[in-house]
Amino acid sequence: MHIAIIGNGIAGITAARYLRKLSSGCHISVISSETRHFYSRTALMYLYMGHLTYENLKPYEDRFWQKNRITLLHDHVNQIDFTQQCLHCSSGKVVYYDKLLLATGSKSNTLNCPGHNLQGVQGLYSLQDVQLMQQHTQGITHAVVAGGGLIGIEVAEMLRSKGIGVTFLVRENSYWNSILPPEESDMLNRHIRAHGVNLLLDTQIQAILPDEHGRVRAVMTTTGAEIACRFVAVTIGVQPNVDFLRQTGLEIDRGILVNQYLQTNLPNVFAAGDCAQLRQPLPGRKAIEQVWYTGRMQGITAALNLLNRETAYQPRIWFNSAKFFDLEYQTYGNVPPAPLPGQTQLYWQHPDGQKCLRLVYQTQTGALQGVNALGIRLRHDVAEKWLAQQTPAETVLTQFSTAIFDPEFTQPIEQALLNQYHLQNPGKQLRAVHKRSLWHTIFG
Amino acid sequence: MKLLNQNITDQYAHGTKHSLSLTTDAAYPQSMVQKTALALVAVGLLLLLAAAFGAANAQPAAWLATALVCIGAGGMVYAFKQYQHRQAGIKNNGVYQTSLTARGAAAWLLALVLTGFYVLLYWFPQLLGLGQNGAANTGLVHLFDPLSFLLKKQPASQWFVYGTLYTLAILVMGFKFMLKYRHNRYQLFRTASVMFFQLGFAFLLPEWLQRLHLPYNDFKNMWPLNYYFFFDWHLNELLQSGNIGRFMLFWGILMVVLVSPGLTWFFGKRWYCSWVCGCGGLAETAGDPFRQLSSKSLRAWQAERLLVYGVLVFALLMTALVLYTWFTGKAQVWFLNSYRLREWYGFLIGAAFSGVIGVGFYPLLGSRVWCRFGCPVAAILGIQQRFFSRFRITANGGQCISCGNCSAYCEMGIDVRWYAQRGQNIVRASCVGCGICAAVCPRGVLKLENAPLKNREALHIRQDGVWLPEENLF
Ligand SMILES: Cc1cc2nc3c(=O)[nH]c(=O)nc-3n(C[C@H](O)[C@H](O)[C@H](O)COP(=O)(O)OP(=O)(O)OC[C@H]3O[C@@H](n4cnc5c(N)ncnc54)[C@H](O)[C@@H]3O)c2cc1C
Ligand code: SF4
Ligand code: SF4
Repeated sequence: MHIAIIGNGIAGITAARYLRKLSSGCHISVISSETRHFYSRTALMYLYMGHLTYENLKPYEDRFWQKNRITLLHDHVNQIDFTQQCLHCSSGKVVYYDKLLLATGSKSNTLNCPGHNLQGVQGLYSLQDVQLMQQHTQGITHAVVAGGGLIGIEVAEMLRSKGIGVTFLVRENSYWNSILPPEESDMLNRHIRAHGVNLLLDTQIQAILPDEHGRVRAVMTTTGAEIACRFVAVTIGVQPNVDFLRQTGLEIDRGILVNQYLQTNLPNVFAAGDCAQLRQPLPGRKAIEQVWYTGRMQGITAALNLLNRETAYQPRIWFNSAKFFDLEYQTYGNVPPAPLPGQTQLYWQHPDGQKCLRLVYQTQTGALQGVNALGIRLRHDVAEKWLAQQTPAETVLTQFSTAIFDPEFTQPIEQALLNQYHLQNPGKQLRAVHKRSLWHTIFG
Repeated sequence: MKLLNQNITDQYAHGTKHSLSLTTDAAYPQSMVQKTALALVAVGLLLLLAAAFGAANAQPAAWLATALVCIGAGGMVYAFKQYQHRQAGIKNNGVYQTSLTARGAAAWLLALVLTGFYVLLYWFPQLLGLGQNGAANTGLVHLFDPLSFLLKKQPASQWFVYGTLYTLAILVMGFKFMLKYRHNRYQLFRTASVMFFQLGFAFLLPEWLQRLHLPYNDFKNMWPLNYYFFFDWHLNELLQSGNIGRFMLFWGILMVVLVSPGLTWFFGKRWYCSWVCGCGGLAETAGDPFRQLSSKSLRAWQAERLLVYGVLVFALLMTALVLYTWFTGKAQVWFLNSYRLREWYGFLIGAAFSGVIGVGFYPLLGSRVWCRFGCPVAAILGIQQRFFSRFRITANGGQCISCGNCSAYCEMGIDVRWYAQRGQNIVRASCVGCGICAAVCPRGVLKLENAPLKNREALHIRQDGVWLPEENLF
């Protein structure tokens, strides 16, 4: 059996690895045009900033693929013939498959204002984008980043690392406040500004103005300001990279529609990762989740289903993490930007304004529903257990030290959390529980 | 359509232009104060160089004081200014784009200078001015006579020169390291510890012992790193120095048989390698800019195991023979001669490997070449850490994004990501517990921990966060 996979990102590559783990007999080909080998898209910023080299970005040594008999084709699929079951590549090659996994990822959204395709205007998604960015930011002094999401702030950090002045345009009235509650969002506003970024809220691009060579000269904002800059990063989100699949028999909405087994409407064709859209999203989750670990999980699920081991995609409890300049962010469960009815929130912030923690729980039962942390590392398995078991917030608070994942000797925050809880709930007196006995701590 | 660019990865591999400045953190260009501080360091080094050619013979004390103050103060002011106005956080901007830290021309030059210095130190000390056959010192060694007299009332040797500069390097670069990682208390405590042990235990205390005409002894140094511990001259010296000498002998043995196994059980080998040891101390401070140069390839790991356990066997064999000779008076065992063997060990391992290659090659092979490929103590502690220790680096469930920072900045060349991305705790013999992998991780995936043995090496179940009936397969 020949299983072809389009896309060597985390979804496609995880599927290939698990296919090989589960079946030594099948032929596996991965066709991808961006790079020959799998690399970590999440680390593109570190390449630009000089923290890492391209070699460092590859999670597996080059010989890994041959050793595991995974054929890599560095080629672009122009067209798929779903009836003949073959792929037409830009090199002229035709690849026949028995089963196909589409893992084509995303592409950056673009603006449609005047000047959106000038030289020096770009998004950040691929290795080629980083290369382009390196060329276009060579020797410049000012840049504009438009779009206040996770990639926008990464680009701002990248540019600042080269000493380039950054004006950061954010449509909302506070950074990422469609996701983050006001306190977290505000902490980030301050942090972004502390890194020398000119953060303009409630502002969007109206037009991009060219110089005589067709290169960006300035940006006109919706507030009427003109900002001189030689580079504009457009970071207003991504969308499934599925254009070449439209107008075929494949059912596509925003992404390729799949059921819980990641099957498309066509026989023998599956989809996973950023390009896949679940027909029935799981409760509390989105139909398309463009994050690294869901790509990995869908890759595994796809591998099992490609081998007819029916396995539904079950991503369990939502979590995510990011780093905003120097501030690490982790979230587990569901933390809405504003409290929902029937919920209570506990918010604690360190006096230095560089750390905070938020617990969301059901007012009635106390059951924990979500955790946000900035500047504090939490233990994934503990947080997941609390959420899955609907542990009451009071229990969580008294055992909070078991969830701390900060480096040794970091100043503890457990007592401060309890104090905050007492402040909010006069009359309560909780005490931290240290579960381990001394003997166990030393010899267990 | 995405352009098909076959060469793009090659361009990344070969096309990087290196900057020749000390750091290419363009966001924080060097200030006037920094440039002056750097010039001061240069003046200090030039004074040392000039002294090597006899320029300081008339006024060694003032000359030496000026040189050391220039280097120390210049270095500290430079470091302070570098981080003063910056937010606390990871500071690796431009590391792979700077000549000095990315194996560019500057790195080769520095490696040449360092190895050259080591060659002189070990094999041509007379060129540094060491007085031969009782003659007075000249040149560089003479420059250090005043300090040596101050500390131990004896003239300096080339080793005194070396020890002073070594300690200075750890103090100045340790100060810089602490500023760089000021947001991380593990790094602060650990660095304060290596600075303390170098200054107190490796430098001042032994000199002071000599002042009292007691045997030179570095109480934190451990056999077989100080491979001469069981040499006849050393044993004789200790045994002829009364109670204090006997205590030194007793303590040296106690370290190996009790203190070290105990501490390694509780904390892993890090208690020694990145908290106490002088070689580790230099690697963690002066060597920090070069930590990313260690090779992460599988081949390097294979070579590491071959070499480090090879050296360990060599050290054990040599010590066994030396002791045999000490007890029996016989030097020849089968075809091996204990005197020959120890000479070879001293030359190959003690000098060439640990010194010339170990430190001289910092800018080319990374800061822990000796610790990783050669140190017999690291080998012993490593075996214990792998099998009988509570230490591990915990991987945080499914949070890893495979970015590769941890692997890149692991000075021991451990491919940390390989474990982290499958949610597996890291239990490796070579890990010195420096904690930098955990510090540079942008997603809070790694934590150094001492904890009960249960699940120490566990591949976290549901490593991928997906519930699969088959998952026990892997
Ligand atoms: C800058 C940046 C930072 C990010 N940081 C994070 C983060 O910190 N955490 C997180 O969880 N997520 C992050 N993400 C999102 C995450 O990287 C993606 O969700 C993930 O990479 C998607 O993986 P994938 O396998 O679905 O697709 P992709 O990684 O996009 O891989 C798809 C591949 O298929 C190739 N391809 C597509 N069409 C064809 C064709 N027709 N022929 C041949 N090849 C084709 C593409 O060139 C591409 O290489 C980040 C994304 C970006 C851009
Ligand atoms: S694995 Fe981490 S703690 Fe261990 S040596 Fe490497 S960087 Fe240091
Ligand atoms: S453990 Fe952290 S540093 Fe290492 S690859 Fe994963 S996310 Fe990156």
